[in-house]
Amino acid sequence: MEEITGFLKLALITATPIALGAYAGILSERAGVVNIAIEGMMLTGALVAQLTAMYLYAPLQAAGIPAAEIASLCLGVIAGILAGALLGGLHSITSIRFKADQIISGTVINLLAWGMTGWIYQRWMTATAPTAPGTFPRIPIPGLRQIPVLGDLLFNHQPIVYTMLLLTGVIHYVLFYTPWGLHVRSVGEHPRAADTVGINVERVRYISTIVGGAIAGLAGVWLTLEQVGSFTLRMSAGRGFIALAAMIFGRWTPLGAFGTSLLFGLGTALQIRAASLASASAGLAMIPTQLYQAIPYLLTIIVLAGFGGKATPPAASGQPYEK
Amino acid sequence: MSASLSPLPALSHPALEAVEITKRFSGVVANDAVSFSLEPGEIHVLLGENGAGKSTLMNILYGLQKPDQGEIWVGGKAVRLDGPKDAIQQGVVMVHQHFMLVPVFTVLENIVLGVEQTRGQWGQLGVLERAKPARQIQALADQLSLQVDLNAKVGELPVGVQQKVEIIKALYRGARILILDEPTAVLTPTEATELFELLRRLTQQGLSIVLITHKLKECLAIADRISVMRQGKMVGTVYPQQASESLLAEMMVGRKVILQVEKPLMQAGAPVLQTRRLVVWDDRHQPAVNGVDLTVCAGEILGIAGVQGNGQTELSEALTGLRSPAQGQIDILGQDQTGASPRQLIEQGLAHVPEDRGKNGIVKTYSLADNAVLCTYYQPPFAKKGLIRPGAIARQATQLIQEFDIRPANPRVLAGSLSGGNQQKLIMARELSRGAKLLIACQPTRGVDIGAIELIHRRIIAARNQGMGVLLISSELDEILALSDRIAVMYQGKVLETLAIAEATRERLGCLMAGMVQS
Repeated sequence: MEEITGFLKLALITATPIALGAYAGILSERAGVVNIAIEGMMLTGALVAQLTAMYLYAPLQAAGIPAAEIASLCLGVIAGILAGALLGGLHSITSIRFKADQIISGTVINLLAWGMTGWIYQRWMTATAPTAPGTFPRIPIPGLRQIPVLGDLLFNHQPIVYTMLLLTGVIHYVLFYTPWGLHVRSVGEHPRAADTVGINVERVRYISTIVGGAIAGLAGVWLTLEQVGSFTLRMSAGRGFIALAAMIFGRWTPLGAFGTSLLFGLGTALQIRAASLASASAGLAMIPTQLYQAIPYLLTIIVLAGFGGKATPPAASGQPYEK
Repeated sequence: MSASLSPLPALSHPALEAVEITKRFSGVVANDAVSFSLEPGEIHVLLGENGAGKSTLMNILYGLQKPDQGEIWVGGKAVRLDGPKDAIQQGVVMVHQHFMLVPVFTVLENIVLGVEQTRGQWGQLGVLERAKPARQIQALADQLSLQVDLNAKVGELPVGVQQKVEIIKALYRGARILILDEPTAVLTPTEATELFELLRRLTQQGLSIVLITHKLKECLAIADRISVMRQGKMVGTVYPQQASESLLAEMMVGRKVILQVEKPLMQAGAPVLQTRRLVVWDDRHQPAVNGVDLTVCAGEILGIAGVQGNGQTELSEALTGLRSPAQGQIDILGQDQTGASPRQLIEQGLAHVPEDRGKNGIVKTYSLADNAVLCTYYQPPFAKKGLIRPGAIARQATQLIQEFDIRPANPRVLAGSLSGGNQQKLIMARELSRGAKLLIACQPTRGVDIGAIELIHRRIIAARNQGMGVLLISSELDEILALSDRIAVMYQGKVLETLAIAEATRERLGCLMAGMVQS
């Protein structure tokens, strides 16, 4: 039993960046802007968060601020989110203001993120770098933590996992129960109709894409400040693209994307536990570990090949709006 | 003391007035000092050909475009419209030709979009209120005895109902002045009559309506006054009692127009096109054409009447080799040509005037001359030993330009820069110049000026008189009635009935187009 909850918990944790990335994609595509730059936004968020936390940790300690560790981590989170939002802003300016091809804009942002994070990492985060504050501690939720099985599974996590769970509901509510959500979806489906009833198409698209970028940035923060505690080159490892697969398979809905992300999380958990599985039985030991590592990516291909029916994207997704 | 001019009582103000509106687009004058006035409670038809400036004027009155000069008055006050929002605030709402409805939204969501009510203090992030607007909308619909399911997805409703949703949406926004752009383009004759009855009821409740159209018949049937525009200028305003179709046509074009085409009797010859149990799928793999048997003989015009979207597009694509039929057989000139490629068909003697001329009829970025030989560029005299011969192509183009009066008469201009009418004349010229035996003409005069319509109609009749078999697919009933020898009515992928021209009345065709078969 404990094995299984432990496994599920690991799945939920590893699903976190994928779900967040998928929400970023949902927000911008629902408003009609295709965002394949989630990968780059994640990577940038991860780097900026780590850099900020790293360089603020010692000064905060020296200034005698209590819990300097947590304080620097929190400032790192804010910086990572802002970095994602900034790239979201860049993507919206090229796609909305200058009506550039959104796939190309996204690709350029990814390349930019790869190049720039690599350079900053080499320059400021290797040998001479100051000590990093580590990762966020788990925050068990008083009361709820004591529920058997579920308590450990859901209410004994680090903060970004909670945030992801919270955002699932919040984005679902905003998209489907509020006027703002109606505006976002109308702009992504039929921008001219939205325009004729006085909705500012460009404004809605800007806000959605920038907020999406911020969430993608947060997904990156999870990598450094919640999972690893340090930055490594290209550490997002395709999670931004897997997030897009989760978005598509989840039919551009937060609940669907959350479910699909969990599926990917299970795949990743399997990969992480591969070693212990192999030692448990001789039969499983025959399977090369590389195959386990390939699981999330294989899942992505299966999902994108259209298993589980045809997914219809928002009708105006990817199309610049010409008045 | 001279008699002072006292202000007129408020009632005598026009509901909406455009004063000396001028609008230029990169040098072209779309509206040249145009004035227009709408009295309270009237239906004022704005008539004009494509490109006459009607849409520009209406877009200005709706705040979508800003005039370079001129003023807009609503209810006796000068107003400034910086966007549709301002116009809606003034009670002016436009129902566009292509509906401004989100297909995946429900009727209710479409109607409240942009004017939502919420519960709580969270503004746009508060909970969207549904029950209260639903009651208000239901009350509006009841008042006009319209039946609409507020929870239905708009994309799943028939177009006629979608249009009612648009009108309710306008009224829900407090419209006092409605602008309807070509509202009958997508309706059956019965639906159009219903719409006109609805518009009458609306004017009785004090609304004022501007209706934009190019159809002369409906304009005489519904209008209280008719204003005609031509080449960016307001030509004049007349009462329908004083007007006739020929007078209006003359005002639209600026010269006498012959609306009737001479059509001598012809003896039909051998079949040039025959289909047997033809089934064609649409893009979603649904049968759009569902078991159609047609025969077109040499020297006759078979008209296909029907409201858009009843399988005509898929039928024409299957017959011209652009879409493979799922089942059935197509015989052209007595030979089985099912599944043949467009080039094979063209070489067999097929001529095709496609429905969407910008997409399938011409290559916009090619010159007029290159477009004139699109089907034959690889044959002598236009190519020899694998090389294109520009001289021969230019000569051919020059000849076609003269024969079909294509303007500008310059083979080197880009086809995309021609007006719709001249593009269509170019396509007709190309298709009729290569000795084809069968012409499939789809919506040959859609969006084309009256002058070009006259020429195209005369050419189609002339081709038939010379023994060509013509399949004419058109959603304009007047065109079908004017040209056809026999008329087949398509409804939901089937041919309901084929009538000889003598027994085809507007009423009977109208019933068939709505799917009603007389027992």
